[in-house]
Amino acid sequence: MKVDRSDRLTAYLFIAPQLAGTVLFVLVPLVLVVWYSLHEWNVLADTFDFVGGENYRQLAADPKLPGVLGATALFSIGLVILNLSLALLLAVLLNQRLRGTTFFRIVFFSPVVVSLVAWTIVWGFMLQQNGGINSLLGGAGPNWLREGGTAMVSVIVVQVVKNVGLNMVLFLAALQGVPHDLYEAARIDGARPTTIFTRITLPLISPTILLTSIITVVGSLQVFAQIAVLTQGGPGTSTTVLVYYLYQQAFQFHAFGYGATLSVLLFLIVLALTVVQWQLRKKWVFHES
Amino acid sequence: MKARVISYGLLCLLCVPFVFPTWWMVTSSLKPNADIFAFQLWPERPSPQAWRDVFTLQPFAEQYVNSAYIALVVTLGTLVVSSMAGYAFARIRFRGQNPLFLVVLTGLLIPSEVTIVPLFRMFNAAGLVDTHWPLILVPIFGAPSVLATFIMRQFFVTLPGELEEAARMDGLGRPAIFRRIALPLARPALGAVAVFTFLHSWNLYLEPIVFISSKNRYTLPQALTQFTDAYQGPLWNVQLSAASMTAIPVLIVFVIAQRQFIEGLAHTGLKG
Repeated sequence: MKVDRSDRLTAYLFIAPQLAGTVLFVLVPLVLVVWYSLHEWNVLADTFDFVGGENYRQLAADPKLPGVLGATALFSIGLVILNLSLALLLAVLLNQRLRGTTFFRIVFFSPVVVSLVAWTIVWGFMLQQNGGINSLLGGAGPNWLREGGTAMVSVIVVQVVKNVGLNMVLFLAALQGVPHDLYEAARIDGARPTTIFTRITLPLISPTILLTSIITVVGSLQVFAQIAVLTQGGPGTSTTVLVYYLYQQAFQFHAFGYGATLSVLLFLIVLALTVVQWQLRKKWVFHES
Repeated sequence: MKARVISYGLLCLLCVPFVFPTWWMVTSSLKPNADIFAFQLWPERPSPQAWRDVFTLQPFAEQYVNSAYIALVVTLGTLVVSSMAGYAFARIRFRGQNPLFLVVLTGLLIPSEVTIVPLFRMFNAAGLVDTHWPLILVPIFGAPSVLATFIMRQFFVTLPGELEEAARMDGLGRPAIFRRIALPLARPALGAVAVFTFLHSWNLYLEPIVFISSKNRYTLPQALTQFTDAYQGPLWNVQLSAASMTAIPVLIVFVIAQRQFIEGLAHTGLKG
């Protein structure tokens, strides 16, 4: 195609809003967050003082930080395992060409479109000690959101049921892409269903497993509303994940400098995970589509 | 046959945690406060009182309008910004194309939670805290629209070049080719972008509670948790009524247009 000047001008005009927005609302703040992490900003007194590495020393010595990182890791790992296995189970069930598949697909996907806070409020209501869940369980049960052992599990389950439909649909598409003659051949050779699943299905959908795990892990690091509404990080700090801790420090305790430092930490974790996962992609995935 | 029965049994059982919450939300919102924790699959003394309280305890109608207009403006703005940028990156060759595309893509890598502190300070300095501007400008131009631009680019790349060549022969300029040829063909991609952009804005929670402090400027997710009694305890039936009003319209649209929703959210979305 011929490249002329007016074409080029159009291109620059077309990308200008998105480019300027990315610079102004993503890259500049990213640089600023590092800069702020070297400062203490007092909104009320309107002072903004350079403190050097003070916030990072505070980070290294923060007695709450190991618990926060532990809760973040626990949430992410629990979420990914539960989300991917449930999504795969639902997709396998729906892939059998039963009648009513469309209906079940709508049901399992529907929480995705329900407003997150509305969804969380309903679960918070059901998970009260005298709430609907314990009534379903026969009247007695733990105080789900107020006990150390169950709060994290509850938050994970609420999040899995909310979003598992997305991964289910991706898995369903992947399963439908597995060539039928492979199954036929395996069956003729006398392979058992479990063998077929682990030796044929799983390897062939491994790109999708990787994709969904990346989406789910990165998404899990951003969990906020569920924690804010369900547990406020408690009991103790057992469900205080990094983003919630960042919000508390910056916007509840007005420690903006320390909040910025925690933002830098969050960014580094996301960056490291992304790099690791793209490296894994080369080794682990059986084939690339 | 037996396998089929087991599959159906399992599917129906698994439906419970997906269907029960919505059912429980609506039915409990119709219970009087005294019965709120009673286990009644249908309220024994149904009352619309909580649905009325929603509007007397907070300016809920106003908050509803806030969420709706913000989501609409953000959706329209994102469609314009992302289709233009996506088109240019896909179909026009210009100097710096690849590096500039990489600059834009950084928006996909950096979670918005990382930049919330500096964004707050920037909007504070501009005097725009406690206005809707941060909830409108950042999604349209910042990180959320980058995903949209990426999707639009992936779509425009697949368009056959002959169409544009023919239009060019007829003397159409770039902007006209974009508007009259490329955009009409991009309807499925635009639909997908519209669906996830609208829901993203409608569900936003961290940004509203950081930026907005006046009740009449609240958005819905922010307002929902504020129906509390004098001791900050939740007024459950009122919260559930407000939650129902927030969730049900979207659910109805979803059931009608489920195919577009599922395609829009799952197959094009990169975020969970």
